Amino acid sequence: MAAQEVQPSETIAKLKSESEALKTKLEEERAKLHDVELHQVAEKVDPLGQFVMKTRRTLKGHGNKVLCMDWCKDKRRIVSSSQDGKVIVWDAFTTNKEHAVTMPCTWVMACAYAPSGCAVACGGLDNKCSVYPLSLDKNENLAAKKKSVAMHTNYLSACSFTNSDMQILTSSGDGTCALWDVESGQLLQSFHGHAADVLCLDLAPSETGNTFVSGGCDKKANVWDMRSGQCIQSFETHESDINSVRYYPSGDAFASGSDDATCRLYDLRADREVAIYSKESIIFGASSVDFSLSGRLLFGGYNDYTINVWDVLKGTRVSILFGHENRVSTLRVSPDGTAFCSGSWDHTLRVWA
Amino acid sequence: MARDMSDKDILKMEIEQLQKEVKNTREPVSKTAKELCEFVEAQSAEDPLIKGVPEDKNPFKEKGGCIIT
Repeated sequence: MAAQEVQPSETIAKLKSESEALKTKLEEERAKLHDVELHQVAEKVDPLGQFVMKTRRTLKGHGNKVLCMDWCKDKRRIVSSSQDGKVIVWDAFTTNKEHAVTMPCTWVMACAYAPSGCAVACGGLDNKCSVYPLSLDKNENLAAKKKSVAMHTNYLSACSFTNSDMQILTSSGDGTCALWDVESGQLLQSFHGHAADVLCLDLAPSETGNTFVSGGCDKKANVWDMRSGQCIQSFETHESDINSVRYYPSGDAFASGSDDATCRLYDLRADREVAIYSKESIIFGASSVDFSLSGRLLFGGYNDYTINVWDVLKGTRVSILFGHENRVSTLRVSPDGTAFCSGSWDHTLRVWA
Repeated sequence: MARDMSDKDILKMEIEQLQKEVKNTREPVSKTAKELCEFVEAQSAEDPLIKGVPEDKNPFKEKGGCIIT
């Protein structure tokens, strides 16, 4: 009896040391090519000038914490979702609300605009991702046309349409990501590899092929092949949950924001972390990150209510933006890079330019 | 699904994945970092948040006609 009790834990210990040995080997292989730092190569790059970025629009209307937002490809419409179950579509130029839907659940943590601009997807504590076609008729009841697409076994943390309105990629508290056909609701591919909740995902720019990156509570950022479902590369340098991941515009790198109060840049071809954006004075988690159009600036929304703007190449902070009165929970740069929008637990969204 | 897996299964999954990743091809940072910088420099000229947009051209900078307080 005693022997049987000892065995399982020995096997786990053996597996653990095998895993640690492989991780060490992987780091050694990566270190061999770590011949210079990004900021050293960037010394030759011209420094940035002074930045004047202000809140240009404030979108008020949510009755509770704003959790997520996304831009429409038309560069003026925005969809946002909140803790009280409301999903609102805004015209950011005029600040008018164009559509509003009440979800049957609270904590709508994910929302996304369809590439056509004709539909939005959202979900949260209902464990589903639903698609609502947007009607031109403002009086039409959007909820009636709702289509349930994705089903997870835990909360939906993020969703994104792929290149068309026909497929949606989701990530969930159940530790998986999944690709779904919108029309039939069929599961096309599932992605297993995270050891805990997956909190965020981002699709590679279409020119770079069929991959996406996800980040989770296991402190890992994984890069996936969408067709095979395989994890291609994995990075584990953050010290806490990864709340946000975003591809660099060229597709050769991605940034992450974490509860460890840092944002980091990972170079996919060098297969390693190449920059850490942090300051001793920043002690609250970064909830959301996005790049400016050229990739020179990284905007990070933080739990201390601020937005820090980083010089991606030199690794320095170029600006700090105040305005929100509670955590910044979501942040996206507009499709043409002329502005960015932030959403906050203070119930508002702000457009900055 | 990860939540339903035993610690042992999670470790096995990790080991399998690590064995694959160790074999990935990589490029030196000196090469890739240079290319990242070149990409940014080529695009920076057209980055509206860096070069700025004249007040009359940017729809967000334009003041609304009517402000109701």
